[in-house]
Amino acid sequence: MQFLEWSAIDLELEAGRAVCLLGESGSGKSLLLRAIADLILNEGVLELNGRTRESFSPQEWRRTVGYLPAEIFWWEASVGAHFERLPMEAELKRLRLPLESLEWVPSRLSMGERQRLGILRMLDRQPSVLLLDEPTANLNDEISSVAESLILEYLESREAAALWVTHSKAQAARVAKRTYRMLDKVLELAGGEGAEG
Amino acid sequence: MTAAIDLNYWDIAFAASIVLGLGVLLAYYRLGVTRSLVVASIRLVIQLQVIGYVLKFLFAEGRLVYVAIMATLMLLVASREIMVRQKLRLKGWASFGVGASTLFVSSFAVALFGLLVVVKPEPWYLPQYAIPLLGMIMSNTMSGVSLSMDRLTSALRDNRAIIEQRLALGQSSRESIQPYLRDCIRTGIMPVVNSMATAGIVSLPGMMTGQILAGADPTEAVKYQIIIWFFIAAGVGFGMATALRLLEMRLFDDRQRLRLDRLVGE
Repeated sequence: MQFLEWSAIDLELEAGRAVCLLGESGSGKSLLLRAIADLILNEGVLELNGRTRESFSPQEWRRTVGYLPAEIFWWEASVGAHFERLPMEAELKRLRLPLESLEWVPSRLSMGERQRLGILRMLDRQPSVLLLDEPTANLNDEISSVAESLILEYLESREAAALWVTHSKAQAARVAKRTYRMLDKVLELAGGEGAEG
Repeated sequence: MTAAIDLNYWDIAFAASIVLGLGVLLAYYRLGVTRSLVVASIRLVIQLQVIGYVLKFLFAEGRLVYVAIMATLMLLVASREIMVRQKLRLKGWASFGVGASTLFVSSFAVALFGLLVVVKPEPWYLPQYAIPLLGMIMSNTMSGVSLSMDRLTSALRDNRAIIEQRLALGQSSRESIQPYLRDCIRTGIMPVVNSMATAGIVSLPGMMTGQILAGADPTEAVKYQIIIWFFIAAGVGFGMATALRLLEMRLFDDRQRLRLDRLVGE
């Protein structure tokens, strides 16, 4: 795919697995995710299970290809109003969130709570591709590893794929079979199995 | 019934002297608006003098083609005014086009309805009725439309990240900006609603006052004022609906991406 003044980018994701993307701040990782989610102007061919992006309606595409921004915003009066199906108590407990957090006013959420609830909010739409922009950046090590396994379990059970942007090589090694590095808006393979496509 | 008292130029000069006093006061406090006040006063005098002669000519001729030319001129000037009042405006001619097409479908339609169905002067385009009616509807529509458009573009720019996240969760472009649209419509229509609610109690509306000064029966004058307010409310409401819809169509593309790059300004 191609967008802005970038050189072409070729990338393939597989079901049930994550591909990690490392790179300096400002190297364009977030822009790439927003382009894949079709939130900014971009050109190129994107296919999901053999169907082109244009054959999906914009809403369908964005529901299927969930995007988790680095900074998560909340706009309704309560946290719960952002969900279509309220998350299970067990899921909340796992992420160390009380059940009442769904009734909270979003402005009282801490950065970490925003991020944890944001992950649940994205999974709530049951996407088959996840675009994750540093999903654990504001979490401590313990909750971070819980969030990691929550996402990995989702990928496995739903046969979903993920493009996972992270700053941590250790996290990349834990969650992904393949890792790319983004340098000056060019992708190169940084580790793992050989790249295809 | 008595005809209105004719004013001579001395009367206008006396009236101007109190504005002059205000100008001196403002200059003393260095508020920096004296200049604008002077320019506005001079423009007021010249523009109204000119329009006085133009209307005299129009009324004497009474031909449809002159009424049409006058209406077109009013439309162009009002469209330009809508455009320059926007802090953020669409690139190119689209900015002018949104204002012009909005005024065309709302003000013109409502004025035509008023002339053909309600007031029914003979002929229907009688300039003594057509021009003031259109003018009152259009000036109010212009204010409402420019206010609400300005509000919407600012709201979308300030809340870009939130709108994008709403879209990312699979909301439609309409859903993603619904709260801002509602807020804009409220902002645009509230001045009209407030004026209607206080008409007659706090203020005697301008047109009615004019008719009374000219010697009309007050109970007749209020009838005109009532229908005028209904036309204004309709013009402003339909105008805003059209303008915000057109704006929304330009600010989202066919893939429902928010396209703030189509705006310029500030």
